[in-house]
Amino acid sequence: MKQAETFHHALKFKYDLCIGCSHCIGACPTAAIHVEKGKPILNPNRCIDCGRCYLACPVSAIYIEQDDFQTIYNYKFPILLVPSIFSAQFPEKINHRAIVSAIHHLGFKYIFEVEKSVDILTDVMNKAIIDKNLERPIISTYCPAVVRLIQVKFPSLVKNLFLVKPPLDITALFIKQKFTDEGVKEEDIGIFYVSPCAAKIAAIKSPVGDDVSMVDGVINMNFFYNKVYRTIKQGTYQLVDEECASQRLACDNLLWSLTKGEINLLSQGRNLAIDEIHNVSDFLEKVENEDITDIDYLELRACDESCAGGILCPGNRFFAAERQKKRAESHTLMNTPRNNDLLKYEEYLLKHLSVGEVLPRSMEKLDNNIAVAMRKMKKSFELNNYLPQVDCRICGYQTCKELAHAIVNENADLKQCIFIQRILEQTDKLTPAEALKINKVIWGEKKFDKNSLKGINLGHKGRIQ
Amino acid sequence: MNFTYNIEGGDFTNAGAPSSAVKKMLKQLGVNPDIIKRTVVALYEAEVNVVAHAYKGIITVDIEDDRIIIKLEDEGPGIEDINKAMTEGYSTASQKVREMGFGAGMGFPNMKTNSDKLTVNSTPGKGTSVEIINYF
Repeated sequence: MKQAETFHHALKFKYDLCIGCSHCIGACPTAAIHVEKGKPILNPNRCIDCGRCYLACPVSAIYIEQDDFQTIYNYKFPILLVPSIFSAQFPEKINHRAIVSAIHHLGFKYIFEVEKSVDILTDVMNKAIIDKNLERPIISTYCPAVVRLIQVKFPSLVKNLFLVKPPLDITALFIKQKFTDEGVKEEDIGIFYVSPCAAKIAAIKSPVGDDVSMVDGVINMNFFYNKVYRTIKQGTYQLVDEECASQRLACDNLLWSLTKGEINLLSQGRNLAIDEIHNVSDFLEKVENEDITDIDYLELRACDESCAGGILCPGNRFFAAERQKKRAESHTLMNTPRNNDLLKYEEYLLKHLSVGEVLPRSMEKLDNNIAVAMRKMKKSFELNNYLPQVDCRICGYQTCKELAHAIVNENADLKQCIFIQRILEQTDKLTPAEALKINKVIWGEKKFDKNSLKGINLGHKGRIQ
Repeated sequence: MNFTYNIEGGDFTNAGAPSSAVKKMLKQLGVNPDIIKRTVVALYEAEVNVVAHAYKGIITVDIEDDRIIIKLEDEGPGIEDINKAMTEGYSTASQKVREMGFGAGMGFPNMKTNSDKLTVNSTPGKGTSVEIINYF
């Protein structure tokens, strides 16, 4: 299986907007960011695209890459693949029919909701839960940020990953097959995905354990929300008929992307659902220690409230989850017929369900040579003892421990610590001028100018005059 | 590299902290994940034994280039018959306790399968020392 040297990342910095505040560094669950010359530097081997930094940035200097919307017009059959949580972003008064109509108006020939393929996964998951050959706990691969977290931080748990395609890939595969069967040329089909997060974009651009993605383009959900909302408000679109608008997704399918969406489909076993990346990381720590045993299936999601809390979701996550649940309930009450045309392709899809092996990419390893790693670790412990454990980030690193690591890897100097600087100044081993120079290398000249924030654009928060 | 950790008898809340710390270090050293797992399981089992039976104990961890040596020394009731303790299913727990699912007699056998070398010494009434060696 071909796996790229480093991950592809959907998160990018806009250095012209960045004010060098280091909030992103503090938010990162894998300590993947440090600061140099006042700007954040991303370690591509550590970043898992969870997007905590994106949420922490006060000036919107972090953006999520997406494809140019205009590329949809390069295809004769532009098809939109949208997570069902998308319509839950809108206020109640905007109904599903209006949303679908507006999407058609924007140029998409067909619209499919991602969770259409959950019907297929339900059986597969229930078979897995009774398969004694699978390593316990079976860990869901639905959330790509979690898969990457396991690769870098919990490499011993990669063998627990449940190697099946997520609904997105299965539905995309179905769409490709369905339309080619109907005589559409493959190159005319353009599948575009509306993503609620950075992790899913990264997973499409460099799939983990799989070679290519069926998705031809990615659109950020917040961007698309604005486009659709505007179309609805302007009211120039044609209403599609009721039948066409209401994709009869079953209740289970609609609940999939919310917390417990997976484990509620399992008819037996001891199964747990955990959301939010730090919670997930803490829990995996225990799983790795074998503190926690006897669990069959673990549903792990990087965002609080799962995909309703996706970093690109414009709505409030609690409202979105509530609206999604209401829609699911209404589908149960209506006793919606599940004439899911995807099930006609069940056999074909099942054949292509598995994904390749996911390889560990430990970020913890200090060196490939164990003896060298040992020396580095010893030194890092010693250095850490001199450091104040305040984790102030003024050295440019997330924690004192991270600074110690960077020093043993010859990427940083102990004098970057302001506490050490003060100690050295007292014994004349460092002059205040030298200390300032060191700080300027880390934070840039501008940071030490009292007018540095004058005129800075704080994005939505306005401009400081 | 040497590290020591104290264990308090009866403190189940913190049992597992030393094995977690050891795991973190072995990961940084790039030790094979299977060996890390074995080591952590053996150490955790030994820790819980001290917490459950002894008054207090001390863990000494020595990491060398090719192996990890873990010593657990406790002050406690000791073990009357070590050979018996090593036998699968042997337990000092009462029938009632065993019915509740505790004291299945798998502690030492589990430690043994997860360590390359396991040495147990004990003086009844004084305490027990356990040495676990795993090679990288």
